[in-house]
Amino acid sequence: MKRELIKGNEAVIKGAVLAGCTHYFGYPITPASEIAQAASYYLPLFGGTFIQAESEVAAINMVYGASSAGVRTMTASSGPGMSLKQEGISYLAGSELPAVIVDIMRAGPGLGNIWPEQSDYHQVVKGGGHGNYKTIVLAPNSAQEMCDLTILAFDLSDKYRCTAVVLTDGYTGQMMEPVEFPEELKKAPYKEWALYADQKHRKNLVTSIFMSPQTLFEVNTRLNQRYKTIENNEVLFEDLHASDAKLVIVAYGIMSRVAHNAIEELRASGLKVGLMRPKTLWPFPVKKLKELCTSAQAFLVAEMSNGQMLEDVKLAIEHSRPIEFFGTWGGTVPSVDELKSAIKTTYEKTTR
Amino acid sequence: MEEKEIVTKGKPEALYETFFRKDGKDKSTTHYCPGCGHGRVHKLIAESLNELGVADRAVFVSPVGCSVFAYYYMNMGNVQAAHGRAPAVGTGVARARPDSIVISYQGDGDLAAIGTAEILHAANRGENMTVIFINNAIYGMTGGQMAPTTMIGQKTLTSPRGRSSDNEGFPIRMCEIISTLEAPVYVERTSCTDVKNILKTKRAIKKAFKLQTERKGFSFIEILCACPTGWKKTPRDSIKWIQETLEPYFKPGVYKDASETAQPKPRIEPSTDPEQIFTALNLQKGKSPRATGRNIGEKRIKLAGFGGQGALTAGVAIATAGMHDGFDVSWLPSYGPEMRGGTANCSVIISDKRIGMPVVLNPNILVALNGPSLDSFEDDVTPGGLVIVNSSLIERKLKRADVKSVYVPLTEIATNLGLKAAANMVALGVVLGCEKLFDKERLHEVFKTSLKRKDTLEMNIKAVNAGFEFVQKH
Ligand SMILES: Cc1ncc(C[n+]2csc(CCOP(=O)(O)OP(=O)(O)O)c2C)c(N)n1
Ligand code: SF4
Repeated sequence: MKRELIKGNEAVIKGAVLAGCTHYFGYPITPASEIAQAASYYLPLFGGTFIQAESEVAAINMVYGASSAGVRTMTASSGPGMSLKQEGISYLAGSELPAVIVDIMRAGPGLGNIWPEQSDYHQVVKGGGHGNYKTIVLAPNSAQEMCDLTILAFDLSDKYRCTAVVLTDGYTGQMMEPVEFPEELKKAPYKEWALYADQKHRKNLVTSIFMSPQTLFEVNTRLNQRYKTIENNEVLFEDLHASDAKLVIVAYGIMSRVAHNAIEELRASGLKVGLMRPKTLWPFPVKKLKELCTSAQAFLVAEMSNGQMLEDVKLAIEHSRPIEFFGTWGGTVPSVDELKSAIKTTYEKTTR
Repeated sequence: MEEKEIVTKGKPEALYETFFRKDGKDKSTTHYCPGCGHGRVHKLIAESLNELGVADRAVFVSPVGCSVFAYYYMNMGNVQAAHGRAPAVGTGVARARPDSIVISYQGDGDLAAIGTAEILHAANRGENMTVIFINNAIYGMTGGQMAPTTMIGQKTLTSPRGRSSDNEGFPIRMCEIISTLEAPVYVERTSCTDVKNILKTKRAIKKAFKLQTERKGFSFIEILCACPTGWKKTPRDSIKWIQETLEPYFKPGVYKDASETAQPKPRIEPSTDPEQIFTALNLQKGKSPRATGRNIGEKRIKLAGFGGQGALTAGVAIATAGMHDGFDVSWLPSYGPEMRGGTANCSVIISDKRIGMPVVLNPNILVALNGPSLDSFEDDVTPGGLVIVNSSLIERKLKRADVKSVYVPLTEIATNLGLKAAANMVALGVVLGCEKLFDKERLHEVFKTSLKRKDTLEMNIKAVNAGFEFVQKH
């Protein structure tokens, strides 16, 4: 399609519709509301369903119901709403239902404020609900990726019968950028397990309760095997001058855009710095980070949180290199200059 | 014994013959206690579906409670919901499968405590589903704690001295509440005590399903049921307790019946026609030019004014024009409550290479439509940058000498053209007059696709031209 200047949040819905999403259930919250607004506008135009639910709890359970009935369905929210959805996400995992959730992170804890932060990382990537489960987490940093990764989220969630979360920050949701939408319209694949409300699928059961410990052991084992497959096959990342960098910056979402400028400018002045941007936060690009250790003498993790992804970087490289942290929170976004000086200081301290 | 004879002969087809999903060796008896009301209601549901011939289309949503395992027995599509959320799950199913017969089956803890929001709103939307509400005045599954429907003075594990209205309030009457809503089509309370009442219950359930097949929306059937185990009574005494204690407070009866007047809801199904969907999404087929080959570097523009002056709209317009010219562009608004504070601003970047950070902290072009905007952003402009000042509203000159300044009576020019609100577009003309970005005709094209009204379209084009010409002349 021709390029269109569009907000990331709206690109999510156009992407979702092109992915075959027909049912949206949501509850308004800044800075994610444009997603619900766009859904309420576009979906009814072609017979799709939009419901403004009574809460995020209800919204995620409507998604659960629609997904069990076999359609492609989604919801979107931000921190406080994501907290409410956690029970539903755990049930989705237990019942092996595909679902797509978009989280446009704002600052917390509590009501916090509406400015961007990256502090839902733990809740989303590690799983804020109960039980042994994982959700695929995709981290766009542009309006184009808001579209592309939403489409991918639908494909992956159907492929693995799990929840896929598109996790990004208020800026990526709010900014307008050119987006080239695909010319293909996808549709929900046939799901033999789903409740199509007809004779053929009458015996189907969607549930997450397994009373016998042995059965639940097997369910968990199956899920874990699936998670291993996802870890092996679905890692995505982007790197910028990372392969020969002495200092590798690890950042995602809007922070990776700040890092992009900082690194281009520092490279121009001769510093061997590079960027490793995970596009999937789970599965985390562990192998890539390990590989980078052949040239990287140190890492700097830059996040708008108190160091949540930092833990995953530490685990990935098994503390084999010094890791510094550059963090900010409360809704503040660092300037390119601030990040540059942090990178410079770290560079001088940690590399030879 | 005789009751059984009258209500049904043998198992209806919509109940499984053997309970193959049930844990343990015994696959023929239910997991319910003797005298429990759940099993009987399951049977009434199955019979009704079979008699209406819609069991194939049925989706049974089981709750969290003793009936969590209803899917052992119900021979139909089954989905198990989180505690209290069955009406939301049912909503999802009903919307995804317009021909389904959705049964949201819930206990009193599930429906009238933890799931109060979900039940009220599903009812209020008039979802095409039937809710079967088993009111047994106690939490059965967790061993007999107080329910929102527990009677005053009734002893439970969490009201060991009897429910006190001072501490726990009064037993909640759901039929009465639901029937105050506009949307529900049918609301009835029955009790499952004797043959007569069991038949009444079945009639109510069947009527609800029938209404669903007619797409008439939401029905709510509350059934007073025995929980001998939770109540610590014999099955026989339990029936007596329903009649003597529950029925006088939870009066059986029809609370609402709009079945005659209710209009069938439209049956909505999504289109799968790509052309229809591309049109709905307003997508334009084809390719856009990328990379112009022209070096403009990175133009970081801050546009600011008071709300209503159109700083944000102007930002979108110039970014769109830049995009059509093949550049990479970004636009970021000040969003949320900040927009209400009297000033609104946006960051626009137009660049010949990939854009990083979209926030413009140090603009090389500042458009100040009002005084506070100039005060806020003057210091941030990069040395050598350009500041466009709306001299109609800003009297002062710049404090800085290391930036280029252009004073233009933007509001006056726009007012003279007959559209005061177009001062923002005059400003864009000035930007294009001062900086070699792209032809002003690019902006005209943007207006042509984005502005619906012909007179505003012409006015905006004139405004851009006026700004552009002002620069040529001065
Ligand atoms: C979120 C959550 N809180 C608490 C529970 C524990 N729990 C299971 S069933 C139940 C009460 C069920 O009572 P009711 O709805 O009256 O159904 P009954 O068992 O009497 O049929 C509770 C509190 C749970 N499963 N989930
Ligand atoms: S505890 Fe009560 S509600 Fe549960 S099965 Fe026994 S009698 Fe029925």
